[in-house]
Amino acid sequence: MIPIAKKIRVLIAKPGLDGHDRGAKVVARALRDAGMEVIYTGLRQTPEDIVEAAIQEDVDAIGLSCLSGAHMTLFPEVVKLLKKRKSGDILVAGGGIIPEEDVPKLKKAGIKVVFGPGTPLRDIVAFFETAGKGA
Amino acid sequence: MRAEDDRKALEKERKRWEDTTLRKAVESLPERRKEFVTTSSRPLKRLYTPLDLGVKTDEERLGKPGGFPYTRGIHPTMYRGRLWTMRMFAGYGSAEDTNRRFKYLIAHGETGLSVAFDMPTLYGYDTDEPEAKGEFGTCGVAVSSLEDMRLLFRGIDVGEVSTSMTINSPASVIWAMYLVAAEERAIPMSKLRGTIQNDILKEYQAQKEWIFPPEPSMRLVVDTFEFGSKQVPQWNTISISGYHIREAGATAGQELAFTLANGMEYVRWGIDRGLQVDDFAPRLSFFFNAHNDLFEELAKYRAARRIWAREMRDTFGAKNPRSWLLRFHAQTAGVSLTAQQPEINIVRTTVQALAAVLGGTQSLHTNAYDEAYQVPTEAAARIALRTQQILAHESGVANTVDPLGGSYFLESLTDELEDEAYRYFDRGQGAGDCRRERLRRRRAAGTRTASSERGVPEGPGGTSPAHPADARREEARAVPRPAPQGLRRRREHDAPHPRRRAGEGDPGRNHRRDAGDLRRLGGASPLLR
Repeated sequence: MIPIAKKIRVLIAKPGLDGHDRGAKVVARALRDAGMEVIYTGLRQTPEDIVEAAIQEDVDAIGLSCLSGAHMTLFPEVVKLLKKRKSGDILVAGGGIIPEEDVPKLKKAGIKVVFGPGTPLRDIVAFFETAGKGA
Repeated sequence: MRAEDDRKALEKERKRWEDTTLRKAVESLPERRKEFVTTSSRPLKRLYTPLDLGVKTDEERLGKPGGFPYTRGIHPTMYRGRLWTMRMFAGYGSAEDTNRRFKYLIAHGETGLSVAFDMPTLYGYDTDEPEAKGEFGTCGVAVSSLEDMRLLFRGIDVGEVSTSMTINSPASVIWAMYLVAAEERAIPMSKLRGTIQNDILKEYQAQKEWIFPPEPSMRLVVDTFEFGSKQVPQWNTISISGYHIREAGATAGQELAFTLANGMEYVRWGIDRGLQVDDFAPRLSFFFNAHNDLFEELAKYRAARRIWAREMRDTFGAKNPRSWLLRFHAQTAGVSLTAQQPEINIVRTTVQALAAVLGGTQSLHTNAYDEAYQVPTEAAARIALRTQQILAHESGVANTVDPLGGSYFLESLTDELEDEAYRYFDRGQGAGDCRRERLRRRRAAGTRTASSERGVPEGPGGTSPAHPADARREEARAVPRPAPQGLRRRREHDAPHPRRRAGEGDPGRNHRRDAGDLRRLGGASPLLR
């Protein structure tokens, strides 16, 4: 029998009120083109919405995008809720306009990696490819 | 006959040049690329000559500055009479923080104010609503109450300065706060100058900060037209915005076409309300992007003025020349900025600002170089403002009206953009007609249900769709989507926020008094029933 590789599933999510969705859509498309299954939440999601969608969709990883400056509140909240729902194994990455000084704090709060403006798409793809390995 | 002979002579001369001088040059040094294109991927010729200008005369194409069709500008003297308004978009943190930034900018020579509101304000949420969590003051100033509005303009003479407010869905409410705050300082509404963005159509298309569905939203917009034309005659009741459409990925031609199409849609709704076009059209204003490609941007502004003047006069029958004028604000392209080597953003912004100025803008915001990664620092905002001052006072470009008018390249590009816009209008016309027809039928059939009034999407089995496309859409709605659970918007009858329940409201706030103040305004207007 030929082994069927399990496709990596990723949820791309827009937490908060921010309407900048070009970045999220570009990333979603790059991951799709790299062979992953991508679910995009659309705009204006609460951390609860995102965690619920991640669990229902059985994803390996979540990519959070926020350009409004609310990342310090919303990103850690997603990680916290995932743990609470016993889904702490889902990797969480963040992206957007995120000041450098916030990056260590976000990592401490459980965000695996933070992608700032100008990050090459191949770096983002490479990160999400590692998400499948752990599963 | 003479013109035709001239044309033949020109063609012959060009052919000769191509076969001799040009061919030799290209043989010894090939051109850098096979094809040259603009930022919007528009192919460009090597050289433009009178042969590229078509059959229209200069008088038809350009007119004179301050004269129909306003291609060369809306004022006969342009910046020789008065420079553009240097209006820096600013807002962060609390009303006090932003008030300080306004005063700083005014002290450094800014000539108009422009308020950036934070996300909760743009969505009509109070700072202490759960949806606003983490968003307080992050990319604009938080204004949750009349008291915030008072603080925002404390010590600033709003009777003298003009104020632009980037606010859309809650525009009527935020504007009412501004009017009341001014009234308390005994400044009459008739004296106030400024702009509310109030452009809901581009929210659905690009910016996404909408609250209500299109129809009730449009009703609110037309309410402000009506109120403004009677009570606040110097106020721009809308700023029809291509900026966001461009930032979301449109080309220059699409920005031009979609913005003007939106503009014409507002005019139709105003007329449908029973307003006289000349009563509200003079207070419609526009907002365009200033992107990287200098000549394409210039051509865009010039084509915009020409199309608007013609459509307002010939299609909508406006008699007052002020209704024909396309007045606009420009902002340099945020999307072009890079977080790497941010200081080069200063150079980009300068070129973009030059396009806006050569294109005849009425006011301008120049982006700060650090906007790619943070809320601008004071120093960065100052450099951005100084960029405008250098253009105005040192570069010499403000000393001549429409200095590039008549350039074969520019005029040809302007014609091209105009044609492109009309091609989009033709394509969009069909869709727009369907939508209007659908509304008409729904109205006629009296099927506008309470749920559609409240802005809740009608479920399947509600109203019967009047159009096959509606039927498809209804069907799509009926299919359950694996959507995230628990998404809902907070409503009035929900339990009060814990902080408020505990009676720890903002000490600076007096909701009852504010409500009374706002109601008084309503006496004069259908806006605040």
